[in-house]
Amino acid sequence: MFAFIVRRVLQAVIVMLAISLVGFSIKNQIGDPVRDLVGERVTPAERAQIADEIGLNDPFLVQYVRFVKQALKGDLGRSFLYNKPALEVILKHAPATIELLIGTALIIIVVSLPLGVQSALQPRSMLSRFTMSFSTLGVSMPVFLTAILLIYLFAVHLQILPSYGRGETVDVFGNGYWMSGFFTVDGLKHLILPCFSLSTLMLPLFIRLIRSEMMEVLETEYIKYAWAKGLSPTRVWMVHAFKNTLLPVVTVFGVQIGIMFAYTLLTELVFQWQGMGFMFLEAVQRADISLLIAYLVVVACVFVLVNTVVDIFYGFINPTVRVTETK
Amino acid sequence: MNKKIRQFKDSYFFYSFKRDKVAMASFFVLVIFLFLALTAPWISPMNPYDADNIDIMNSELPPMWMEEGAPEFPLGTDNQGRDMLSTMLYGLRTSIIIGLGAVFLQGFIGIVVGLTAGYIGGKTDAILMRLADIQFSFPYLMVAILMSAIFQVVFGLGSFERLAIPLLTIIIGLSNWPMFARTIRASVMGEKNKEYVEAARVIGLPRVTIMLRHVLPNSLTSVMVIATIQVANAIMSEAALSFLGLGMPVTMPSLGSLIRSGQEYIFSGSWWITVFPGIWLVIFVLVINLLGDWLRDVFNPKLYKG
Repeated sequence: MFAFIVRRVLQAVIVMLAISLVGFSIKNQIGDPVRDLVGERVTPAERAQIADEIGLNDPFLVQYVRFVKQALKGDLGRSFLYNKPALEVILKHAPATIELLIGTALIIIVVSLPLGVQSALQPRSMLSRFTMSFSTLGVSMPVFLTAILLIYLFAVHLQILPSYGRGETVDVFGNGYWMSGFFTVDGLKHLILPCFSLSTLMLPLFIRLIRSEMMEVLETEYIKYAWAKGLSPTRVWMVHAFKNTLLPVVTVFGVQIGIMFAYTLLTELVFQWQGMGFMFLEAVQRADISLLIAYLVVVACVFVLVNTVVDIFYGFINPTVRVTETK
Repeated sequence: MNKKIRQFKDSYFFYSFKRDKVAMASFFVLVIFLFLALTAPWISPMNPYDADNIDIMNSELPPMWMEEGAPEFPLGTDNQGRDMLSTMLYGLRTSIIIGLGAVFLQGFIGIVVGLTAGYIGGKTDAILMRLADIQFSFPYLMVAILMSAIFQVVFGLGSFERLAIPLLTIIIGLSNWPMFARTIRASVMGEKNKEYVEAARVIGLPRVTIMLRHVLPNSLTSVMVIATIQVANAIMSEAALSFLGLGMPVTMPSLGSLIRSGQEYIFSGSWWITVFPGIWLVIFVLVINLLGDWLRDVFNPKLYKG
């Protein structure tokens, strides 16, 4: 187990180094740290002097090592767009995206569990047929289109929900980092449409997954045994069958949250949601390379971290993973 | 040739196609879409790429059945005065070109990597599959978005827009190859120990020949199933990228950039600029997905139909 963990962590470190190398070489080629630092109104002579002072004329490898060292200290460069350290900008935008993801995850859990279980227990009922036929349509529907149509219906036509922004937010820790929309009615109202449109992406998948897992479990021997013992249907379904469908579902859920992260970019753009995705698109438009690369490094870091933790966790639950790994 | 056709007619493939109404309908719709896309320059009422045809006075006209609608613009016009029907036909064409191109690239990389990894095995296999695993651990849309953002900054907006079609094909192609590589590797692993491969090796055929002429054809069914779904995915990715402003420019719109340009006009009530290309895209992707589902069921009858 120890060797397995070491190997996984080592791999994570190598991946991060590779990604930071890519990021750094882009920044090195087209970025302009002098402009990030002092703006455009500087004479060429002064620019050259500053460039020399901050080490832009050093060999590539020396600069790369410096970049990694600074990144480890939490310094990912400076965003000229916001005129602040890039990491700080990203951290300030992160809560908005995280709240979007939490809201979406809640909707997915609340909707997909009952529907999935129901369609597994009564595969021939009207409701399950309805859910099943709609799930293929759901897969083929781009998130941004769903979002736009929802805005048209609820914000433009019916005028009952706000169409963009986060609404009223509360500063949770009082330091300006975590501006939360969870604690005001207005903030919650603003969350409804973005979360709902984001959840339509994953709902079909989860309903199908829960359904097929549950149906599979219902066929197993121990369920037959539970029936033979004369347990009540609710107990068989909920305690014996349902509990065992949950493990694969939870695993997939972890992976899908990562995928959803990519799609938050689309919803954030439609709803003008001031999260990380919106910030990223702004950085691309204004060619804020430092911020762009910082975003790349942060996102890669989050994914690598999550994947490594999930893998190690999996190694604990399922020892065969470790064994095949050693071969 | 005749024999081939008869063989095809008697095959299980054709039989199950005839029996499945959804598959037949989807195929029919798909053929219509492909035909429309192929003949777009000849059948569309105007050329939306040509600035001479565009009259800004015609902008935001509603579809012809509504008040103020004009008969020469059956589905209305967009914010620049382009005929919606024409832009949709041209947009579909662009989406299909990028989608197919990207899947060809994915397939090519996937086949090369998968075949090499599966057939040679050992260290090569370990390294190649680790690479695929690592890329697989990032969502492909995220990879595509980051790549096109970087390309856009590196090339500058102007040249990115000029090169948009080949660049997007490459970006989407590179972002999603591990899927193919894994599938091909898995089926090669299954095939390579069979007797016919052994026989080919005993005759003394070179490795490349065995891989390409003997092993690959037997792995192709799974490739076909994945390719269908991947075309749908690639078209969706293209639409998403264009919607984010990282794809096709407004002057050469794909369906995604059409939806993007219509988005702000939805507040003023001009819903058709967004809704028509949206429905167009959804129907197209839906039929490909339905066909893909059907193909999977035909080639993999054992697979649980969930």
